[in-house]
Amino acid sequence: MSVLVLRNGEAADVRKIPSLSVTDFRRVVLEEVARGSRIAAFFGRPDHERMRLVAVLANAAEATLSLCSAEVGDAYPSLTPDCPQAHWFEREIQEQWGVRPEGHPWLKPIRFHRPYRGGSVGEVLPGATDFFRVEGEEVHEVAVGPVHAGIIEPGHFRFQCHGEKVFHLEISLGYQHRGAERALAGGPGKRSIPIVETVAGDTTIGHALAYAEALEGLGRTRVSARAQALRGIALELERLANHAGDVGALANDVGYLPTAAYCGRIRGDFLNLTALLCGNRFGRGFVRPGGVGFDLEPARASQLLERLQRALEDVRVAVNLLWDTSSVMARFEGTGEVSRQTCEELGLVGPAARASGVERDARQDFPAGIFRFAHIPVSTCDSGDVYARAYVRWLEIQRSVAFIRDQVASLPSGETLVKTAPPGPDRICVSLVEGWRGEICHVATTDEAGRFAAYKIVDPSFHNWIGLAMALRGQQISDFPLCNKSFNLSYCGHDL
Amino acid sequence: MRWGIQAALGMLLAPLLLGVITRTKAFFAGRCGAPLLQPYYDLAKLLGKGAVYSRTTSWVFRAGPVVGLAAMLMALAFMPAGGAVSPFAFAGDMLFVAGLLGLTRFFTILAALDTGSAFEGMGASREAQFSALAEPALLLGLAVLAKQSGELSLSGVMQGISASSWGVVGPELVLVSAALLIVFLTENARIPVDDPNTHLELTMIHEVMVLDHGGPDFAFILYGSAIKLWILGTLLVGLLVPVRTGNAWIDGGAFAGGMLALSVTTGVIESTMARLRLVRVPHLLVGAIALSTLALILVLR
Repeated sequence: MSVLVLRNGEAADVRKIPSLSVTDFRRVVLEEVARGSRIAAFFGRPDHERMRLVAVLANAAEATLSLCSAEVGDAYPSLTPDCPQAHWFEREIQEQWGVRPEGHPWLKPIRFHRPYRGGSVGEVLPGATDFFRVEGEEVHEVAVGPVHAGIIEPGHFRFQCHGEKVFHLEISLGYQHRGAERALAGGPGKRSIPIVETVAGDTTIGHALAYAEALEGLGRTRVSARAQALRGIALELERLANHAGDVGALANDVGYLPTAAYCGRIRGDFLNLTALLCGNRFGRGFVRPGGVGFDLEPARASQLLERLQRALEDVRVAVNLLWDTSSVMARFEGTGEVSRQTCEELGLVGPAARASGVERDARQDFPAGIFRFAHIPVSTCDSGDVYARAYVRWLEIQRSVAFIRDQVASLPSGETLVKTAPPGPDRICVSLVEGWRGEICHVATTDEAGRFAAYKIVDPSFHNWIGLAMALRGQQISDFPLCNKSFNLSYCGHDL
Repeated sequence: MRWGIQAALGMLLAPLLLGVITRTKAFFAGRCGAPLLQPYYDLAKLLGKGAVYSRTTSWVFRAGPVVGLAAMLMALAFMPAGGAVSPFAFAGDMLFVAGLLGLTRFFTILAALDTGSAFEGMGASREAQFSALAEPALLLGLAVLAKQSGELSLSGVMQGISASSWGVVGPELVLVSAALLIVFLTENARIPVDDPNTHLELTMIHEVMVLDHGGPDFAFILYGSAIKLWILGTLLVGLLVPVRTGNAWIDGGAFAGGMLALSVTTGVIESTMARLRLVRVPHLLVGAIALSTLALILVLR
């Protein structure tokens, strides 16, 4: 066997991951990708003074995760020229461990921090790098950020423009790098959950769920059906709040007032439902390893259903206004198109991928928890433009509400929280969760004492930022904010 | 002294129009909205601040807001309103007023370019492009009115347009009004051309050019834009509400009602439609030119 095959949330002995030669490793990864797998995670980890590259390949058709590894020196032949979706991962590996992917076409830092090993590098400043330039008399460069107008996170964008037309957009991040992965190493401990919950504040439930499922996999803890259902409800509530907010923000970016104003309020209504569940609008403290921190009694359950119904009615009116207003559709349609082929080659995830017609949804492809028993239809659209990304969100809003209704109506009985067994020694577990932005991947590896030797987090934004850059090619620079909002990626989730 | 009052009222009430527009939009958004007098509070706040100047800018940057406001105030003095003639008038002053609008824009653009910022250069380029298309629509529209009234001063034109004119050349006046409404929205950076509320520099036209101005300079710019809104509004209302009874109270009241209705209409337009894609804006403006031209052909016929 050249790969170790796991299910989502299943743990295995870390030594069972096949160690291949670099040549075989490349061959296996490329073969798997050619077979339809996608790189869910690809990272380096130190292994007895040497570096080991580990690839997690997700095969949606078989619902399997294939792991393989290779020991490398200071350099190895890059995968990116043959497999574009590896490009961001390889840049990360180079930045973190100083292992050089030879032949990588665009090898630059992604987060601008000191390497994890072999120090003696001078000061590393965010954004201090060579940016791609288009030369020519009529070409001009526009630099935006890292400080933006409005309340958003910091990120730097460089446009190479010809008049109003964008030739190329380069995105430079790293301003939010906090060292979340490094802070998790040595866990699990009391600090682990707060760190995971704040990897991306708007995806608190998503990341906490991925963490909890990884930890339960490592310790073989069985979570009650009731807790699983409640987690599903919280995950979908998070999706509802963010999707409603995004649709409103899209309306705002084209200057369409009614939907912008109402969706901003309705997002709050959905957030308040999460608060009804656990007392926190963003779901902090709800998901806990072993179950959930709060139960949902019948009185609150009926209140939740009633308020959910009202919010859905409101959002339906607000969103339908968008589709019925031709001036809005004129802005949405044909703006920021990402082709299905680009989407598959770059391994985009979440609503961004589904808007290009790719049926990719971890809830269906790699079901865990409640999603093994209750299925949410995958919402897709074909045009790949801003309209498609907005419409997919609207479809998902309706389907998530239906799901929550079903789940609340038939909540199984049982304990909400069981004690988790400590993680076994030398184990690895991969957990995938479909957060509202897309696939969240956590890879937990333990050492011989059962502590986290390494904890790898791949936020959907990590896959999708390049998708935004592609969407802007040949577009109007004035449409950038609209495209950006239609992806609505996380800066801190990427920067970790 | 009656002719001086309306210019003074214009100077006093112009920011109120912005307050009414904002309030209308707030109503559509289901909010209470800012106080009607908020634009005045903003101006007072800005006037109380100090100004910061980048070392890369020259005197042009500082001259921009002053020249802009001065030109707008001068243009205001040529605008007849509410049936009254303007403080100043001469044959051909309509071109002079259009020229003053152009001068304001010219200095705003120069001041924007003076900062050397990519954003402001982009805004300046957009402003220059769109105003080059808005100006012919305005001038052709004015030409229709001049031909119709046989006068070459704005005061004469406005005296010449009465309720009975609508019976004679109604279709032409409808066309000119539509063209002037588009010019009104474009020149004042309103939706569907520009979004005065956006915080997104890359999408802005007018707002992005004044990003680097602060304090009293910015107050001058805001006040200048309010006056511009008033001037173009006066023109449009003078055309659409041609109450010329000779009674100052009736004429003035009709004018005030017209301005209020225009502000509310602007708010409603902003609340019920999205912005045009930037590349589509010229289509709208060329449409305005076509409307004006058609009206001109009709009155020359």
